[in-house]
Parts: sequence; C-alpha cells; structure tokens
Amino acid sequence: MIEIKNLTVSIEDKRVLNDVNLYIAQGETIVLLGPNGSGKTSLLNTIIGIPEYRVESGRILFSGKDIIGLTIDERARLGIGIAFQRPPAVRGVKLKDMLRICMEKRGDFDEEKINEFAQKLNLLSCLDRDINLGFSGGEIKRSELLQLLAQNPGFIMLDEPDSGVDLVNINLVGRVINELLEKEKMASKRTKAGLIITHAGYILDYVNADRGCIMVNGTVICSGNPRDLLEDIRTKGYEGCVRCLN
Amino acid sequence: MSKLSAGEMAKKAVKKPSAIGPDIDLNAYSAEVKEHGKIQRLKELSGEVKEKAISVGVDAEEACRSGSFFQMDHSVILSSAYQKGIEVMSSTEALKKYDWLSDYWWKAVNVDADKYTAQAELKQNHGYFLRTLPRAKVEFPLQACLYMTRDGLAQNVHNIIIAEEGSELHIITGCTTAPKVRTGLHIGVSEFYVKKNAMVTFTMIHNWAEDVEVRPRTGTIVEDNSIFLSNYVCMKPVKTLQMYPTAYCVGEGATVRFNTILFAREGSNMDVGSRVFLRARGSRAELVSRAITGGGDIVTRGHLIGEVPGIKAHLECRGLILSEKGRIHAIPELEGKVNNVDMSHEAAVGKIAEEEIQYLMARGLSSEEATSAIIRGFLDVEIKGIPEHLKREIRKAVSMGEERLM
Repeated sequence: MIEIKNLTVSIEDKRVLNDVNLYIAQGETIVLLGPNGSGKTSLLNTIIGIPEYRVESGRILFSGKDIIGLTIDERARLGIGIAFQRPPAVRGVKLKDMLRICMEKRGDFDEEKINEFAQKLNLLSCLDRDINLGFSGGEIKRSELLQLLAQNPGFIMLDEPDSGVDLVNINLVGRVINELLEKEKMASKRTKAGLIITHAGYILDYVNADRGCIMVNGTVICSGNPRDLLEDIRTKGYEGCVRCLN
Repeated sequence: MSKLSAGEMAKKAVKKPSAIGPDIDLNAYSAEVKEHGKIQRLKELSGEVKEKAISVGVDAEEACRSGSFFQMDHSVILSSAYQKGIEVMSSTEALKKYDWLSDYWWKAVNVDADKYTAQAELKQNHGYFLRTLPRAKVEFPLQACLYMTRDGLAQNVHNIIIAEEGSELHIITGCTTAPKVRTGLHIGVSEFYVKKNAMVTFTMIHNWAEDVEVRPRTGTIVEDNSIFLSNYVCMKPVKTLQMYPTAYCVGEGATVRFNTILFAREGSNMDVGSRVFLRARGSRAELVSRAITGGGDIVTRGHLIGEVPGIKAHLECRGLILSEKGRIHAIPELEGKVNNVDMSHEAAVGKIAEEEIQYLMARGLSSEEATSAIIRGFLDVEIKGIPEHLKREIRKAVSMGEERLM
C-alpha cells in the first residue's frame, strides 16, 4: 500500500527525518513508537504533504505511485487520511460542514450517515459547533476519527489517537479505529492499512497492530512485535533501544 | 436667552467636519434632480431597478413584507403598510400629520453633530417614518429602499422609527444606486425609539457604487426591557463610508446588539463602528464585527460605556486581511464609569492561518476551496433574534459579496 524509501526531510534548515525506510502492506497496521521529537509526527505530516516538510531525497510510493510533488488535497483524494494530533480550530466551519466536505469529496454525501457516525463517536452535540473551538482533548480525538469515518480513506494515519482520551472513551476510540481498519474482516480480505503513533501504547489494548517500529532521531531504528517493543521501552527506555543497536 | 431651533443649530454646524473619517466637499454634489412618479406596488418598478433593489434585500413581490417604503432620489414613490398597527410614510408627511413628532426629531442624534447632520436638516429630502402602535407585532418585516439614479446627486434623508410599548418591529433597509451611477453622496439620519417592552430588529444592506460617499448618522433610545438588534452588511465597493451608530440603554433591562459585516476592496475606505451607552441597571450590549479587506482600508470601531452598576457588555471584533494592500485598524474601547460593571472585548486581525487551509485540504478540499470555506465561516456571524427570511437576506447579501472575494 505505502512504501517509504530513503526519505530525508527538513524544515527550513533543520533535518527532521533522516533516511527513513518503511513499508506497510494492504491490510497491515503498524504502530510507531519513539521519544518526543524523534520525527513520528514529521513522518505523518510529510506523507500527507504539509509543504513546510521539504523532501531532500527519497520517495513515497502510494499504491505504486510516487506522491511527492502532489498537494495535500490530491493525496487526500487518492485515499490517504490523517487524524491530526493537534488540529487547528476553524471559526465558522462547523464539524458538520467538515463531515459534509469529507463525504462530498468521495462523492456520497448522506446526512443520515453524518448523524449515525456522530452518534457512534458520542459527538452529536458537537456537530453544530465550530470545529475544534473549545473542544476538549477527547472531543478533538473523536472528531478526527469522525472525519475519517466520513472520508473513508484507504491508508489511515493516526497521530496519538489515545492521548487525552478518558477511560470511558478509549474503548470507543479503539472500536472506531478497528472499524476504519476493517479489523472485523479476515486479514487477507482487508483493503485498508494503518500507521498509528502512540506514546503510551494504551491503544494497543484495543487495536491489534501487526508490527511496531521505533523512531529515534528521525530514523526508524528497529521494528518487531509491538507488545515486545513496548515492554522493552517500558523497562529499558528509549536509551536501551539505542544501546541495543550500538 | 431663547433656545436655538434645529435649523439655527444646523446652520452653525454646516462647516463642522466629522470627528472621524475623511472629510467631504458637500458642494461637489448636486441637489437637483427630477421628481419621479408614484407607484402602487413594487412590482411596477423597472427590471433594472428591481434587480438592484433585490440585491439589497428588497422583496419586489412584497409577499413576505408587512409594508414597503421606496424613495428614488428625492421622491417617495411608494409608502404602504399591509398590516394593521403599522404606519409607513415619508418623514416629512409624518411631521405634518403629527405635532408630537417634534418630540422625536433630533432627539437621538444631534442636529449639530457635524456638517452631514446639518445638511440633513437644512436640505432634507424626505426619509421614512415607520411606527408600530402599542402591542402591534409585525408578521413580516417592513422594507425600505433608498435608491439613487443620478450621478453626482446628494440624497439627504431623515428617518424616524418608533416601536410603541410592547410592539415588535422587524425592518430591512436596502440602499443602492442605479447601475449607471458612479458618484454620489448619501446622508442618512436615522432615529430609533424603542419603547418599554418593545423589540426592533433593523437589518441594513448597502450596495453602493465605486465613487459614492456615505454618511449614515444613527441614534437609538432603548427603554425598559426592550430590545434593539441591528445588522449591517456592506460587501460592495464604496468610495468612503463612515458611520458610528450609537444606542442609549436608558431603561432597566434594555438589550442592544450590533452585528457588522464589511468587505472593502481596493479603493474602498470604510470607517464603521458601533457604540452603546449603558445607562440603566441590567442593560446588556453586544457588538460583533467581521471585516475583510481585499485591498481597501477599514477602521472598525466599538465603544461600550458602562455608566451604572449591574450592566453587562461584550465587544468582539475580527478582521481578515486577504491582500497585501489592505489595512484593517481595529479600535475596541471599553469605558467603565462605576464599579460592578461586567465588560469585555476580544479583537483579532490577521490573514488566514495556513494551518487551517492545510487542515481542510487534508479532507480533500483544494487550496481555493479551503480558503473560501474559511472566509464563509468567518463571515457567518451568528445572528439571533431575527426572522429566518431576514437571515436568508443577510446570507444572500454576504454570499453575493463573497463571489467577488474569491
């Protein structure tokens, strides 16, 4: 589904990604672990095409097509979706408007679906509010997932979907992520792929990931069973990961 | 010494410039224009006039209006009320009809405020008189249109609006020019009297030409437990526009809200504010403005004056700069004269945040579509308390301006 080859990226003069290689197959879900500032969010922002993230070298292939050079909306329309960690508030643009946008762009706007999705994420009361304006941390996370439900992308990137979500709602968040990633289907029948950033790993109690990757200093340094990796990080810290490689 | 008459006071102010805004040479505009014949219903208007009137919220079919007033240049061509309990006529006619009207004439606006108010007194060309009788409630809004057909003309109107006790009045006023008109001067004095337990909503839409100069002068007296809601929209070019409508909450529990939506493109100079004196316990005021410049100059003002304890007032002023050439100067002022007043303001001026555009693009909108969605959202001021069809007129006027923005 998506293949990242030798990707090096800078913001202004600061290098944020350094020779990243990553392959995510159709039907696969990967969790991305790493300390603050290691480049996890930079990788997602580069994949979606935020212009500040200047690709110095390397390729990003989505379904075999190099997407570097495409604008954000072109990537979105190809089927790349993202739940941002800290999305901006947009005054006057209601959550409902955003859902309409997401649906219209994929050509099947359905008012009933909006309510159904919102109910599923416990966000009916937010539909007529300006998006993210005064939303709680948990509402922001759920609203991002709600937009992805409406958008229905093939490749789903989630930037810390579990941070700021209370224990009651994390179960809900997990359920919706599983729905987005078609976890109810047999692995071989899934058409979606996912890349999830998690800091504390809470989401792994609700979403089954196939593989984990650790990023340190802008590079993917290690991959393996996500639970094993998380356990290593819990016991030895990221310093342990770095030492392990040296 | 005897008190000076309004005329005498006006004469003393004929050269007095406005405290703010560009000065205008009043002699540059003509007072001469032919009289226009009366009509019975607005549908008799020519297609060209009708089209422009519709652009400022006029319902030419009059199906959803309780009454209509139409002034073309210096001629009142129609003034009709279609519901009991409402009076619609020219203000000059009303002055002849009602002796008591002098008690309202120049009582909410000072005749000698500046040379524009002076000109409205000394060279008045009608204006409208709208009144709801006690406890009358309009089913549909009253509409008024002030229309200019001659290039270089000065139109000086004096409007009086009275909502008697317990009544409810919704007004939509549209001011515009014939398509061929480029220059002109419009001076519009409006005095509103909202009596006890009454409600007035006033929606004004302006659609002038590139070289028209506009000086509205508005004062509103708001009595006990009454409500005055004003919505002003100007999305079309104008040479200079300067207005600072002022409301006086003189009765306990009086409520005032001003919403202002402005778009100034290159060559337009707008200095628009709203001011409320809160003079009675429990009075409330809210001023909300949205200003966009696509190259023009905008000064957006707001002034709240809390004179007694127990009042509450808020001012919100936002500006969006879409062009390198444009300028927005926001001047929010709060003036508390006693303790125990609750007054606040928020103001923000800037360009559209790139991050917001990118956010919408990540959902599939192009950069242009994202920008227009954000602008539409910016202009979507929540307008409470007015009938749905008036909200539609406001949305229509705003979206017609938006088309030029994109």
